[in-house]
Amino acid sequence: MLRFIFTRLTHMLIALFVITVIVFSLSHLTGSPIDALLPDDATQQQIDSLTEHLGLDRPYYVQYLTFLQNAAVGDFGDSTKWKGNTAAAVVLERLPATLKLGGLAVLISVVVAIPLGVLSAIWRGSIFDRMAGIIALLGQSFPAFWLGIILMWIFAVTLGWFPTSGYGGLSYMILPAIAMAWFQIAALTRLTRSAMLEVLDTEYVKLARVKGVNERAVIWKHAFRNAAIVPVTYFGVLAGSLLTGSVVVETVFAWPGTGLLAIDAIRGRDFPVVQSVVMFFAVFYLLANFLVDVLYAVVDPRIRFS
Amino acid sequence: MTKTPKFLGRLPILPIAVLMIVLVIPALFADFIAPHDPFKAYLRNRLQPPLFFGGTTEFILGTDRLGRDILSRIMHGARYALVISLVGIILGAIVGTVLGLIAGYMRGVVDALIMRVVDITFALPSILLALALAAVSGPSFQLVILVVIFVIWGFFARQVRAETLILRERDFVARARVAGASDIRILRKYILPNIINTIVVLATLQIGVVIVLEATLSFLGIGIPRPIPAWGLLVADGRQLIVSSWWISFFPGTAILLTVLSVNMLGDSLRDWLDPKLRQV
Repeated sequence: MLRFIFTRLTHMLIALFVITVIVFSLSHLTGSPIDALLPDDATQQQIDSLTEHLGLDRPYYVQYLTFLQNAAVGDFGDSTKWKGNTAAAVVLERLPATLKLGGLAVLISVVVAIPLGVLSAIWRGSIFDRMAGIIALLGQSFPAFWLGIILMWIFAVTLGWFPTSGYGGLSYMILPAIAMAWFQIAALTRLTRSAMLEVLDTEYVKLARVKGVNERAVIWKHAFRNAAIVPVTYFGVLAGSLLTGSVVVETVFAWPGTGLLAIDAIRGRDFPVVQSVVMFFAVFYLLANFLVDVLYAVVDPRIRFS
Repeated sequence: MTKTPKFLGRLPILPIAVLMIVLVIPALFADFIAPHDPFKAYLRNRLQPPLFFGGTTEFILGTDRLGRDILSRIMHGARYALVISLVGIILGAIVGTVLGLIAGYMRGVVDALIMRVVDITFALPSILLALALAAVSGPSFQLVILVVIFVIWGFFARQVRAETLILRERDFVARARVAGASDIRILRKYILPNIINTIVVLATLQIGVVIVLEATLSFLGIGIPRPIPAWGLLVADGRQLIVSSWWISFFPGTAILLTVLSVNMLGDSLRDWLDPKLRQV
C-alpha cells in the first residue's frame, strides 16, 4: 500500500513539474512578458529597469529555477491589475466562492444522479429508464453557458424566483450550481447505471436472490455497494470539469470566484494572476485525483497489483 | 456484412435530418441559401423580431443590435463549427492514435512517459490554457484547433493503448512476428484494423464535445476572432438583451444545442452498432 501511494505521489509530482514548465513557457511563448506588463508607450528606461527587476536578462533556465523556487511557496509575483496584492493572495481571496459553488454543484449531481442511475438499472427498459436516458443525453448536449442563460431567463427574469446574478446566499447559488451540475448529472447517471447493470448480473447477486434475501437488501446492500466504486473513480474527472465549468458559469452569473477572476485577469493582462489560477487549478485537480486513486486502492485491493 | 441492414433499419433518421438542416447544408451552401449578407447592417431594421413574433418574412429569425440578419449569421457560423470540429478531431485522433499505438505496443518506459503526458493534459484546465494563450497571442483559428487537439488526443491515446496492450498478446500477432513481420507492419496490418471501429466511434462521440468547446471559447471571446459569426459569439452578443430581444441569443443557442444533441444521438447508435463494449462517460 505504501509503495502504491509512493508511486502515485511520484506521478503527481512529475505532472506538477511539467505543468510548471508549461506555465513558465506560456509567458515567454510569444515575445517578452514586458510587452504584456508595460503600456505601449513605455520608455526604454522603464523597459530596462523592469527587465532587470524581473531577471529577464538572465538565461532561461535560471529564470525557470527562480520561478520554480517561488512557485513552491505559492509566490507568483504581484498582481498588476489589483495593485498592492500578491497574485496568490488575489486568487486565495476568490477561492472560497468557487469552492462553495462547486461544492453545491457536486452535491446536486450526486443526489440526483446516483438514485437516477440505480433506479434506471433496476427498471431497465421501463419508461423511467428511457426518461433518465433522455435527461442524460440532454445533459451531455447542453453547453453550460447556454443552459446558464436559459435558466437565468426563465427562473430569474421571467418567473422572478431567483436573483439574476451576483454574489450572495443560497438563492444566488442555485441557478449557477444547476448549470454546473447538469453535465455531471448526465455522466454520473450513465456510469452508475452501467456499473449497476454489470453487478446485478453477477453470480453473488443471483445467489442472494435465490437465497431469498429481500429485493431492497439485494439492491442496496449487495449490488450498490459493489457498483459504487465506479462512480467514485469518476470524482477525479468531476473535479477537473467543475473547475473548467466554473470559468464559464461564473462569467454568465457574475459570480466572483476564481473562474471569473481568470477571465478578468486575462482581459486586464494580469499575467501573475493568470499563472496562479492555472497552477491552483492544476494542483487542485492532481490532488483530487491522487486522493481518488488512494481511496480506490483502499476499497479495492486488486487495483494495487495491476 | 449481416450487420449493415440491421443498422440501416435502425438508422437514426431524425438526428441525421436535423444535422443536415442545421449544420451541414448551411455550412456547405451558406453563400447561396443565406437570405442576406451576414455582415451587412440594415440600420433601419435594428432589433427586428422574428417571423410570428411581430416580424416579417424578410428577416425570418429577426435581426440583432446592428440590424444584421440572425438567420444568415447562423448559416455562416455553421461553416466554422463544422470545419473546426472536423479538422480538430481528425488531427486529435491521429496524434492520439499514433501515440496510443506506440505506448501500447512498446510498453515500458515509453508507455509510462506517454501516459504521464496524457495525465498532464487532463490536469491542465483547457479553457484556462486557451485563455492564457489567447492573452499572449490573441484569439485565432489556429489557437482553437490547437486547444481542440490538446483536449481530445488523450481520450484516443488511452483507449487505443488499452486495446493495443490486449491485441499485441493475441496469437495472430505472435504468428505475424514469428513470420518476420516488422513492428510497423504489425501495427498497420494487424493491430490498427482491429481498433479502427473504436477510433471511429470515439471520434463521433467527440464531435459534440468539440462543438461545445468551440462555442464556449467563442462565447468567452477567445475563439475564432470577430467579425466571424461563430455560434458562441452570436449567443454572447445577445446575452445582455435576453429580456427585450431574446431571439438574438436564442436561435444561435438552439442551433448549438440541436447540433450537439443530434451528434450525440448519432454517436450512441454508431457505438451500439460498431463497438458495443466501449463504455463512454
